Amino acid sequence: MTNYVQPKPYEIISVKHETDIEYTFRVATDIKPEHGQFLQLSIPKIGECPISVSEQGDGWLEFTIRKVGKVTDAFFEKKAGDVLFLRGPYGKGWPMDEIRGKHLFVVAGGTGVSPVRSLLNYCVKNEGFVKSVSLICGFKNCESVLFKSDLEKWNEKFRAWFCLDNEEHEGFHKGFVTAYVDQLPLAAVKEAGEDYAVVVVGPPPMMKYTGIELLKNGFAEEKIWMSFERKMSCAIGKCGHCRIDEVYVCLDGPCFPYTVAKDLVD
Amino acid sequence: MSYRLSKQEVSGLFEKLSEKYDIYAPKRVKNAGRYSETDIIQYAKISDISEVVWDEKSTYPMKEVLSPIQQTIFYFTEDEYRESKGKTRPMLIFARPCDINAMKVQARIYAGNGGFVDMYYQRMHELARYILMPCSGGDDTCFCVSMGTNTTDDYAMAVKPLEDGMLFEVKDEEFAPCFEKAEKAEFAPEFVKENELTAVIPEIPDKEVLNALKKHPMWKQFNGRCISCGACTIACSTCTCFTTRDVIYGDNPEVGERRRVSASCQIDTFAKVAGGGDYRTTAGDRMRYKMLHKFHDYKARFGESHMCVGCGRCTARCPEFISITVTLRKMNEAVAQIRAELGR
Repeated sequence: MTNYVQPKPYEIISVKHETDIEYTFRVATDIKPEHGQFLQLSIPKIGECPISVSEQGDGWLEFTIRKVGKVTDAFFEKKAGDVLFLRGPYGKGWPMDEIRGKHLFVVAGGTGVSPVRSLLNYCVKNEGFVKSVSLICGFKNCESVLFKSDLEKWNEKFRAWFCLDNEEHEGFHKGFVTAYVDQLPLAAVKEAGEDYAVVVVGPPPMMKYTGIELLKNGFAEEKIWMSFERKMSCAIGKCGHCRIDEVYVCLDGPCFPYTVAKDLVD
Repeated sequence: MSYRLSKQEVSGLFEKLSEKYDIYAPKRVKNAGRYSETDIIQYAKISDISEVVWDEKSTYPMKEVLSPIQQTIFYFTEDEYRESKGKTRPMLIFARPCDINAMKVQARIYAGNGGFVDMYYQRMHELARYILMPCSGGDDTCFCVSMGTNTTDDYAMAVKPLEDGMLFEVKDEEFAPCFEKAEKAEFAPEFVKENELTAVIPEIPDKEVLNALKKHPMWKQFNGRCISCGACTIACSTCTCFTTRDVIYGDNPEVGERRRVSASCQIDTFAKVAGGGDYRTTAGDRMRYKMLHKFHDYKARFGESHMCVGCGRCTARCPEFISITVTLRKMNEAVAQIRAELGR
């Protein structure tokens, strides 16, 4: 009988310090997740937690982890050559068929940039996958900016608005991501008679207000997707922690169409 | 086929069965109750048929046999995970219809949801056979008839104890050889037709009504009353939620276990993520989450029936005397009010 909660050991290739409290761990593995899916990461005797894949390549996956609890504290002790335990991938990723060939709009905040990073880099590497990318990316302040070299690349390739919640800084606007939604070039896309998809990830209030702002600016709700973060123990629909109504975030999400997400009240 | 066995034959039968099976039944645990000199009745392995408590509802549900409150799923040695071996002996479990029907709920979640069959549940489930025990209608908290869980045909044998022996209906051929020399009898199990309590389940037609019900002020009263202790979910026949917890052995931090421990949505850390984000911060929110799972969400996902089997143990165990049937009544009133307002 398959034991779906059995983790396997994988070696850490490198650890990159994004900020003081966010590190990116590159792990050697042949696991091939979809963009937006997550894995269960664990250290025996400490515990296990769900982490989304922040980038993937040939023979490796990256996980960007914020130091927020007992398990993640233990990850931060790990160095290249040490072992992490993985199982997965789990859940539904971004709807690639709904994005392919269209204009892509992305609104991401804080560690919420992680679950869209591999999708954005996929768009960079595969010209023609989408017609264009417009990206609003927000962080709390300049100490909390993640993926600096990706931001530069995205700034070159995409139309990008980078902002900091409450700080002036070169290269960044000041204010919440919601303040820039009205600048997304939706009108031009509509005028050209072309199609689009919107991807939103971030803390729950940010996603809620971004959703409202998108609708206010004429985006169609059936073209919007959001990724949820919830507590999970099993990732296979058994432990119950991530359930909202009849939906299990681990099975039916973490990426949801907005038409489903908007009605999910915890 | 049905049989009548004398007291002596019954003892002999279970003695013989216990060579192959571990036999579980509701058993009295003296002085383990919540108040001094009170008992609890809990499922446990029995060594003699006389240990079965026939005339009282068990304090805790039968599900504990298959999915214990705490179980080891992995052993760690240095950096290795080793799957726990678990039970190997088959089990015969004395149970009433509510508890047997509750196993369907367990199976739908543990062995069905998302297409993942949980190995730890499945290996226990495959070892379990049920002996249907009679129920006289339960106590003043039971409402199985309202939930349609008062009957079952999912049992290997049904029994009825008599003054001088026991009646058996043998459904599972596996047990037929034990009755070759037994006296045949007319016996079919009788099921409860009426409880003292009835419950009406509100019809929630759509998401708009559902979300309006979530915001209804009825839940606020639980902020003051419910102490978020989780006694109701531990006593629940159908709750399946758990948390995984790693423990290390005190004298050797290189060795430890990963355990699966029953969790309760009524306890304030249930939905809290490591970053501090929380999704249900009041007792009222959590009560609403539990009630809607039992009487709406589960059915919305799996169809067929509601999750609750009406065993009433949550009401019986609540230290604040919160009754699930009274709460249901309030839900009905709230839904009626919302539907009238929305014109549904």
